[in-house]
Amino acid sequence: MINKILPYSVIIIFVIIFFIFYKSLEDSKIYTPDTYSKKDLPVFNTKDFFSGENVKSSSIFELDKIYLLNIWSSWCVPCRQEHSLLMNLSSDNKLNVIGMNYKDNLKNAQNFLKELGNPYKEIFIDLDGTTAIEWGAYGVPESFLIINNEIVKKYIGPLNQKLIDEINLLIE
Amino acid sequence: MIYSLVGHYSLIVGLIIGLSLFYFSYKNFNNSTIVNTKILSFTFLQLFFVAISFICLILSFIFSDFSNETVFNNSHTTKPLFYKISGTWGNHEGSLLLWLLVLTLFIFLFLVRSKNQPVKYKILTLVFQQIIIVGFFLFLIKTSNPFNFIFPTPTEGLGLNPILQDPALAIHPPILYLGYVGSSIIFSSVLAATSLKIISPSWASHIKKWVLISWIFLTLGILLGSIWAYYELGWGGFWFWDPVENVSLMPWFALTTLLHCILVLEKKSILTSWVIILSIATFTLSMCGTFLVRSGILNSVHTFANDPERGLFILIFLFILIFLSILIFFFFHKDDEKKTYSFFWLSKESSILINNWFMMYFLSVVLIGTVYPIFLDVISSQKISVGPPFYHKLIIPFLIPFLLMMAIGPKLKWIKSQLEDKIYLIFFLIISILLAFLILKNFNQNILINTILISSALYLFFITLRDFFVKKYKNISQNIAHFGFSLLILSILFNNLFASEIITNLKVGETFENSKTKIVFESVDEKKKQNYNAIIANFSIINSNGEQESLSPELRIYNQPVIATSEADIKTTLMSDKFIVINLVQNQDFFNVRYQVKPFMLWIWLSVMLISSGGIISFLKKRI
Repeated sequence: MINKILPYSVIIIFVIIFFIFYKSLEDSKIYTPDTYSKKDLPVFNTKDFFSGENVKSSSIFELDKIYLLNIWSSWCVPCRQEHSLLMNLSSDNKLNVIGMNYKDNLKNAQNFLKELGNPYKEIFIDLDGTTAIEWGAYGVPESFLIINNEIVKKYIGPLNQKLIDEINLLIE
Repeated sequence: MIYSLVGHYSLIVGLIIGLSLFYFSYKNFNNSTIVNTKILSFTFLQLFFVAISFICLILSFIFSDFSNETVFNNSHTTKPLFYKISGTWGNHEGSLLLWLLVLTLFIFLFLVRSKNQPVKYKILTLVFQQIIIVGFFLFLIKTSNPFNFIFPTPTEGLGLNPILQDPALAIHPPILYLGYVGSSIIFSSVLAATSLKIISPSWASHIKKWVLISWIFLTLGILLGSIWAYYELGWGGFWFWDPVENVSLMPWFALTTLLHCILVLEKKSILTSWVIILSIATFTLSMCGTFLVRSGILNSVHTFANDPERGLFILIFLFILIFLSILIFFFFHKDDEKKTYSFFWLSKESSILINNWFMMYFLSVVLIGTVYPIFLDVISSQKISVGPPFYHKLIIPFLIPFLLMMAIGPKLKWIKSQLEDKIYLIFFLIISILLAFLILKNFNQNILINTILISSALYLFFITLRDFFVKKYKNISQNIAHFGFSLLILSILFNNLFASEIITNLKVGETFENSKTKIVFESVDEKKKQNYNAIIANFSIINSNGEQESLSPELRIYNQPVIATSEADIKTTLMSDKFIVINLVQNQDFFNVRYQVKPFMLWIWLSVMLISSGGIISFLKKRI
């Protein structure tokens, strides 16, 4: 009896594997993440970058305000590239730039800000990368434009002048 | 122009020969005692035509024949000749042609080299190999023909991805393919032997050299890829648990296990099911790797073009092969009930068996880490990425018993043995533990797991080292390979534990200083080459002893296609590597400087070479 079950179950397992691979072929989309529109903010608890105190996400993002959440890291090279653009953005009073320090060493991150300046109104820490997953981030850097506690637009990879112009247009 | 035509028609002729070989094999299978000479000459002809086709593609690359689509997409007139040639297999179409070349080469060599094997077995092996070959012919001609024309002929090509313009990477694909595709012959032969029920010790000693060849090339291929990643990708590491790396590691696990099983089968006529399943697994894992990488499901430097049609073809082909082998396995292979073999717990075969299970565990960890994200995405549309911590946490603890078993196993006898006169085993264990403890104590790295890990690696190191002097070349190849493995683990451990890193931003003329190192950014030069322009930054590094070292990393801007790459400058010495890489910070005159000291880097490469030289020695020994 067992001799009969084994071959069939092996075949069934491989058939399942086949269909899963087949499905994943249909929508081969690794590098084309959907830049979805209008999605509620995830709720999470985190720590403040400077004070180390526990913060709730609801206290960071207020209604009626416009935020740009930027996921960054001192070890991330493209983050350095976009940093000057963020510095420019932060001078705009309309937009609050919030930083999410992703899987970073606190000291390195502080040095990073010391070197290049701090564009962020507030920074919170995502030490193990779980909050970034909550946000549906794919890596660093990534930025989310948030209006009225809704994610309006998501930018994967470093920001450039073209995208900055787009952000400026969106928050008008 | 002419080369593309010749190449294309050679492929078609090769396919027709493949199909006709089925017919000859069918005729020969039932009514002959010798292999028909036609079969041998046709196999040679097939090899010949594939070789012609491959040479045509190389010539098209050398003469920059941009009427050929593959050449247009992957070459450029300003490229040095060496990279024009290596560009031949630096793309999807060309590399598949290389697969095909190796496939036909191996079956030809197999037929020539195995004179004393049964006729039916040889013919069946040929048939199974031809199934694979014909499948690849169809795949090549239908979905990825390397000889497609473009009209009108462009005057210039698009160029080769600059990160592929590297000597190590130029020879990495052929070597790795010899390993990957070499496993196809094991696959075909095991299917043939299973259907004829001739899996026996004599079969094992015959197939062993083929296993060894694939294993040697696979090991070296992985090594070259790793060296390339270290030099070129500028992350300062040698293994990133990237899906593509994992995909090459999985067949290696299977093949290494297979190698050990074959040895047991040769001596004791047991573990036949292991041998069959592992032979099938090695090749299907290689194919599966090709599928995952080429279909674009996994994204990497190896994803040349995302074409779902190609993915679908390989997928269907792969599963046809899998089902064929499952059928053959369950239909023909019956474990001999009478010969149930009881393992005595203290014997060579049981120690090999135990480590086999560890290997299977490592294999499944890597398999799950690689494939699970794909499954999760399909089933629940969630995206996760599996990183190094997953692999480290799951693999490293199990290395400890694995290493100990590797040390003790070869000391045991077949069937049954006692641990008498083996006091030195315990003696060495104590020495290793003490030594590991002392080393870590000195460096303030007092973590228990590290101590145990290093002591077990040291244990294997000492035991194998001792055998070089005691055993008088009894099993020198095994000893060298195991010794190499202990060195590998030790170098990796020390490399991880004692590496240091400085990341800073510097302008020309500035100096960074901490308690141990001083980095002076001396000057910036410019350099113009045929295929790129480069900015060379000159640094001098002064360590606490006052020793000075000058390092010059580069930023290269390649012209075709326009891509900027960072070339690390690495000073390799026997004990440690100094690694420096720069990046330009946009809109600023800062350079982002990353300086790393990596101890024992050279030893990682050397120990892998040692491991494979164990295989080479064993291979040469068997042929005498």
